[in-house]
Amino acid sequence: MKRLLIRGGRVIDPANGIDCHADLAIDNGLILGLDPVDFKADEIIPAEGQWIVPGLIDLAARLREPGEEHKGTIASECRAAAAGGITTVCAQPDTLPPVDTPADVRLLRQKAEQAGGARIAVIAALTQGLDGEHLTEMAALQEAGCAGVGNALRPISDLLVLRRALEYAAGLGLTVFAQPSDPSLTRGGCAHEGAVATRLGLPGIPVAAETAALGQWLALVEETGARVHFGRLSSAAGVRMLRRAKADGLPVSADVAAHQLFLSEMDIFGFNPQCHMLPPLRGERDRDALREALAEGVLGAICSDHQPHEPDAKLAPFPSTQAGISALETLLPLGLRLVEEGVMPLHDLIARLTSVPAHILNLNTGHLGVGASADLCLIDPGAEWELDAERLQSRGRNTPFHGWLFRGRVSLTLVGGRPVHAMTTEEHQ
Amino acid sequence: MKAQAPLPGPVPNSIQIDNGRLRHLLSIEGLGRAMLEQILDNAASFAGLNEQGVKKVPLLRGKTVVNLFFEPSTRTRTTFELAAKRLSADVMSVSMSTSSTTKGETLLDTLRNLESMQCDMFIVRHNEAGAAHFIARHVAPGIAVINAGDGRHAHPTQALLDMFTIRRHKEDLSRLRVAIVGDVLHSRVARADIHALNTLATGEVRVIAPRTLLPAEAETLGVQIYHDMETGLRDVDVIIMLRLQRERMLGAFIPSEHEYFQRFGLTEARLALAAPDALVMHPGPANRGVEIDSSVADGSHSVILEQVTNGLAVRMAVMAMVMGANPKGDA
Repeated sequence: MKRLLIRGGRVIDPANGIDCHADLAIDNGLILGLDPVDFKADEIIPAEGQWIVPGLIDLAARLREPGEEHKGTIASECRAAAAGGITTVCAQPDTLPPVDTPADVRLLRQKAEQAGGARIAVIAALTQGLDGEHLTEMAALQEAGCAGVGNALRPISDLLVLRRALEYAAGLGLTVFAQPSDPSLTRGGCAHEGAVATRLGLPGIPVAAETAALGQWLALVEETGARVHFGRLSSAAGVRMLRRAKADGLPVSADVAAHQLFLSEMDIFGFNPQCHMLPPLRGERDRDALREALAEGVLGAICSDHQPHEPDAKLAPFPSTQAGISALETLLPLGLRLVEEGVMPLHDLIARLTSVPAHILNLNTGHLGVGASADLCLIDPGAEWELDAERLQSRGRNTPFHGWLFRGRVSLTLVGGRPVHAMTTEEHQ
Repeated sequence: MKAQAPLPGPVPNSIQIDNGRLRHLLSIEGLGRAMLEQILDNAASFAGLNEQGVKKVPLLRGKTVVNLFFEPSTRTRTTFELAAKRLSADVMSVSMSTSSTTKGETLLDTLRNLESMQCDMFIVRHNEAGAAHFIARHVAPGIAVINAGDGRHAHPTQALLDMFTIRRHKEDLSRLRVAIVGDVLHSRVARADIHALNTLATGEVRVIAPRTLLPAEAETLGVQIYHDMETGLRDVDVIIMLRLQRERMLGAFIPSEHEYFQRFGLTEARLALAAPDALVMHPGPANRGVEIDSSVADGSHSVILEQVTNGLAVRMAVMAMVMGANPKGDA
């Protein structure tokens, strides 16, 4: 395999405390080190003026395969991820049928490998068919290489089942991935219960839908000691609970979806279906609290919460449109905007997108240390561009960020030293 | 002296307004006071015609109006139908169950099919908020859309006929206290009335309801909130009662019809708390003995049937305006 030298870029590797201009050498798909001596490269990639960062690790995405290939496939979405600088994307188990057997896990991993885009980390189902009642064979799923277990948005209403599921997962050292959302408080709702939903007459989802569920999970974490990662927090109250739990030393972590840091309930005015999400976009104060918690580290990671849809899914009156946005390709641009807006330093942002999620997934990626797989991306920090929904690589064009101006763009993505995305000259303009 | 509204400037363009002209009627929000008053004035001209015995005018001759109802309704549909006929339009009523649109046929498919029959106007009722906006945004350019109720969101012609009725009895809205009583949470009528009353600078708008039947942050709609009739009704000039759907008991909104009537039913005794010449209004159909006592519904303060009559003139005015015609006859 080829020996690569990425020359003259600014290497930013928060996990190893590195931020310097250097040449990065890659041998046989692995990182050989910085500024190598006597290194004969087969290929030199000039990176003057560019940033070299670990490939992004996205903790939550729907790839839609199997079952909803009209929305996306592993191949299409792993390519889209690569275009967004993401080298590992966490597939959620709520496909049709759900990912609940070792064969499912292996098939997904194999398909991703063939697709030649980003890698996938598989979150397997916590209960069979996500039924909330019967545990999956977690040991076998672990053996097949799942990165964790979870029940996606399907409820486990029997708390005894949930408690045993946590105990069982904890015994295997498996992390449980949860999106706290109480089904009865969410039922029928499609927007944050607040002034905007009141005005638009949209059935609301109260903040308590998040906090009531979070409270139950935290009580069981305390009792079982299971490692739980909470995904897609949306509210100031939820963040407060999490801050307390972390201060109490519970083994929990959390992420936030990038769009929650930029949009709020205000954006659904005019019934904009591209802003129909779950959890819903909440108030301006919630958004500020999420930004604060992210800067502080209570929210350790930013994920995309990618949910590609076919156009018809958003062509209906607001309540009957399907929730979620196509988000793989806006994860990094939105992140860079946080730096621009002074929410956090660049170094922290890169950590929230790389080393922290890698740690949550217990993967040896998300950094550029010697011997690590060469999963990385080059960013042209000065590139100014406008997002065009029609030009997304994802099969889903459903983004509320169409027409937004961004600065900084992925120019090259490598997975295992192999280029999986390179910006075309057309995009350069 | 009646407070003078500032002279109307040009109404900004929006999905509803095109160069100062009413293009669609989707919600009261965004119309502005000048447009709202213009509709009410035009409605007064139509009411005058009706009172003179002129039942039919040729303003919409040759136009095709489609009543597109995705939710059962008798009263609203028939008044729209009658209003269209009195304007000499051809009317077609299409009742769709929302289930038929979930069977693979999307709302857009339905729309395209009807469009190809060369209609000029859709009167839309749908159980989801934003349905009329959605249709207005996707309809072919020449077609006007009138919202006849979308979920809990809006019911602009109901609000207009309510304002029309109030204006007929009360001179100066800026001195009025209006109370809206009942299930505000699920009510598009309440939202529409609140916006209309505030647009017309009504003195005070109150809502009276149990906490479970109020939407979150209801005060942001521009209302004073009361949870009991005894303080809420004191000295009000207009009482708008809302219908309580019988299925509300199922969602644990209220314990029973009996307790609801005990706390929020409009009785003679409670009516006596209001101003002596208070109006009693109801969008219909009223649940007698649940939200209103029969003696009040049929009593001297009640203008409930007048609301129905006024609904015709208001709907004629709106339909003529979105088609670019006015009651003076010059199109």
